[in-house]
Amino acid sequence: MKLDRTAYLTLGLTIGIPLVLALLNQATPAGSALHVPTYVVALAGKYLCFAMLALAVDLVWGFAGILSLGHAAFFALGGYAMGMYLMRQIGARGVYGNAELPDFMVFLGWHELPWYWQGSQWFPFAVLMALIVPGALAMGFGWLAFRSRVTGVYLSIITQALTYALLLAFFRNDMGFGGNNGMTDFKDILGFNIQADSTRSALLVLSALCLCAQYLVARFVVRSRFGKVLIAVRDTESRTRFLGYRPEAYKLVVWTLSAVMAGIGGALYVPQVGIINPSEFAPGNSIEAVIWVAVGGRGTLSGAILGAVAVNFGKTWFTGVLPDYWLYALGALFIFVTLFLPKGIMGLFAKRPGKPVAILEAAK
Amino acid sequence: MGAADSSPAAPALLCLDNVMRRLLAFFLIAAVSLASAPSKADPVDDAVAALSSGSFDSVHEGVDELVASGSPRAAAIIGALQNGKLYFRPDHTLYIKQDDGTYVGALTGTPIDAGNVKPVRVNNTIRGAMDAALGALRLFSPETAARMTAAEAVFHAADPSALPALTKALEKETDPAVKTRMEQARAAVILASAESAEADRLAAVSVLRVRGDIDARGFLASLSDQPPAVAEAIAGALTAIDRAAQLWSVAQSIYYGLSLGSVLLLAAAGLAITFGVMGVINMAHGEMVMIGAYTTFAVQQFMHAHTPGMYGASLLFAVPLAFMVSGSIGIVIERTLIRWLYGRPLETLLATWGLSLVLQQAVRSIFGANNQDVDTPAWMSGATALGGLTLTWNRMYIILFSAVVLAGLMAALRYTSLGLRMRAVTQNRRMAAAMGIRTPWIDALTFGLGSGIAGMAGVALSQIDNVSPNLGQSYIIDSFMVVVFGGVGNLWGTTLGALTLGIVNKFLEPVAGAVVAKIVVLVLLILFIQRRPRGMFPLKGRAVES
Repeated sequence: MKLDRTAYLTLGLTIGIPLVLALLNQATPAGSALHVPTYVVALAGKYLCFAMLALAVDLVWGFAGILSLGHAAFFALGGYAMGMYLMRQIGARGVYGNAELPDFMVFLGWHELPWYWQGSQWFPFAVLMALIVPGALAMGFGWLAFRSRVTGVYLSIITQALTYALLLAFFRNDMGFGGNNGMTDFKDILGFNIQADSTRSALLVLSALCLCAQYLVARFVVRSRFGKVLIAVRDTESRTRFLGYRPEAYKLVVWTLSAVMAGIGGALYVPQVGIINPSEFAPGNSIEAVIWVAVGGRGTLSGAILGAVAVNFGKTWFTGVLPDYWLYALGALFIFVTLFLPKGIMGLFAKRPGKPVAILEAAK
Repeated sequence: MGAADSSPAAPALLCLDNVMRRLLAFFLIAAVSLASAPSKADPVDDAVAALSSGSFDSVHEGVDELVASGSPRAAAIIGALQNGKLYFRPDHTLYIKQDDGTYVGALTGTPIDAGNVKPVRVNNTIRGAMDAALGALRLFSPETAARMTAAEAVFHAADPSALPALTKALEKETDPAVKTRMEQARAAVILASAESAEADRLAAVSVLRVRGDIDARGFLASLSDQPPAVAEAIAGALTAIDRAAQLWSVAQSIYYGLSLGSVLLLAAAGLAITFGVMGVINMAHGEMVMIGAYTTFAVQQFMHAHTPGMYGASLLFAVPLAFMVSGSIGIVIERTLIRWLYGRPLETLLATWGLSLVLQQAVRSIFGANNQDVDTPAWMSGATALGGLTLTWNRMYIILFSAVVLAGLMAALRYTSLGLRMRAVTQNRRMAAAMGIRTPWIDALTFGLGSGIAGMAGVALSQIDNVSPNLGQSYIIDSFMVVVFGGVGNLWGTTLGALTLGIVNKFLEPVAGAVVAKIVVLVLLILFIQRRPRGMFPLKGRAVES
């Protein structure tokens, strides 16, 4: 696979900046002018996880024309799989000191682990679940939806209904995932203290590597023959079908892949922010992820990463300085980007002569 | 008595004949007068005689007779007896001692010099009889509500001693509702009494079977030692009542479902116009509803301050105002934002979502983040019962309101020239433009109409939901589901979709709980849309695919 300048730049920055942040955090003493505080490291890690979600959204929206308003559901499911592992690592250090059961189960008066918590104490199992659960849900949902040719707005609305149903379900205490409060107060991951600077830095670098890997996979997929068909499906689905392709199969594969990518993002997100609760399923979160992609530039992959980091950096800054105005700014951003910047930030660079961004045409 | 006193002296006089004739005449008159009004004077006099006799047994009888007589003074006399304020003289007259120590005549209620009196004494049997008697006496109260309560009390006590009073009250009763209640009470008494005939018992069981509520069921189930035929009738009645109760609970679920469905319909009707007819995905639709609710709040605040006399009618003012406020905001949105995005539904979705964030935050800045109190007018509060159904007025009005809104909307689309133009533009925009219709203006008005209806929905929702900046968000997903489920571009489909979803939800709720019911409905909807991607009533034709 040949990489162009945009790809090298994306990979370089995605690896480089987190690496520098992590090194400065580890190598310099706390008082030094060059020292990067740990909260910055955690924040950067969070942005990278959101970038994975944005990349997943861009893969389906930018290249298959599926506007998912429920992608945060896959992200949150991956997060819950990791959260379960982290919960089990607390062991007897919880408030109730129960070595076997997480605190909220003791609180609910449960006496044994539900069957779906079995195995969650093994890290490889948790990672596997973070991949399989979002993937399986996406595959089942997508198989039903694409087979019956639910497209466009209808698909968007039922993806939103999906995440809304999951939101309601995870709010229930009976589900066995901590209900309203979710899971938090984690102690360690793979034996390392989850609060420690070094763990945080390692997680940041790991997130950067994961994001790069996802970027390369997504780039490979969309540039392959498979990806060309996918773009054809996005632009004129019926014509592609008449040419003898089966759009539902192409969509299902990319949809499932995208859900798995979002799940990985969620699994890395939870140890870095230290909490997972049902609000991650809120429909608003999924729509926000779509706007990250729109800001960066739909159908560019690099733009998704750029958009996610830029918007979230803006959010952190805004909520710190003018907390009341963040929603105005976000809302205005939605409107501004759709009206005046339909190709996103990447579209600005593409305007230079001789450098067309390949696959931005016919954004429907 | 004067004639009797003079008779010993009569032989001494020569006019004996005259005297005899007078005596005869006196006795005749007395006999006629006694015979002519026995029902009026007798029972009370008998009761008074019994009460003043001094023996416990006859006092007991007297209490019962007094109740059965229906005398207007009965309550006062028994009340006095209960408080130990009833006195008698050996000549069988009764007096009630006042708090200040004076006496009044028991039957007349006027002050009187009582002379040498003794208290009427009571034992525990009489005290029990008096309690029942006072209950029975309320059966004769001039107030309908009091008679109703009394009949219900007799029904619950089912004390055989109340039977004579009850029969008497039934004869006099004119109010049909109270009469029915009294008949039920009598049925209970008959069944509880050991002496009733089997035929009466059977009749009584059928009366209670007709009543058929939980009290009647409880009473019938508690009966024992009945003749076999009666026991069989009771078993039959219990089954019938249970079946009826089941039917009523189904009816109640349908009512709740209709009520939820009409709320969904109100929220979705505007969307059926903007999304269904125009194809615009307006994620800020919920905020139009929210603005309507806040308009109601503002109208109430204003009227509370300036025209408190008309406060009860505030909702009537809020409905058109909410339509206008939300409608004009809708027109502004269409002209400034949405018209640039026609033909790009997904971009419209994102832009209007952004708009919804801005509107929410704006309302939060103006009114604050807390819930606002919107009052429910008195004429919308309370509930009424229809058979085994409890119908709350506010829900009832919302069902009516949504029916009116829907009818108005359909009429507007069908019969007004604006409606005609709207349909023309929807069906073939370019042809409509060629016919001289200003399509951009029609687009703006159509969007304004949909938004205005959302605003009116907000007035209704302000009565049953919290008025907060997040009000709209909680309805947006449901509204979209309703429109998609019913079939886009079809108001009847939207109606049927809303009512179906409401009723299914309410039938699932008792089985699964509110949250799970909602989840199940969402999952069912997702599966339904997989089967029929264009909803229950899809539009047909080539325009659909575009």
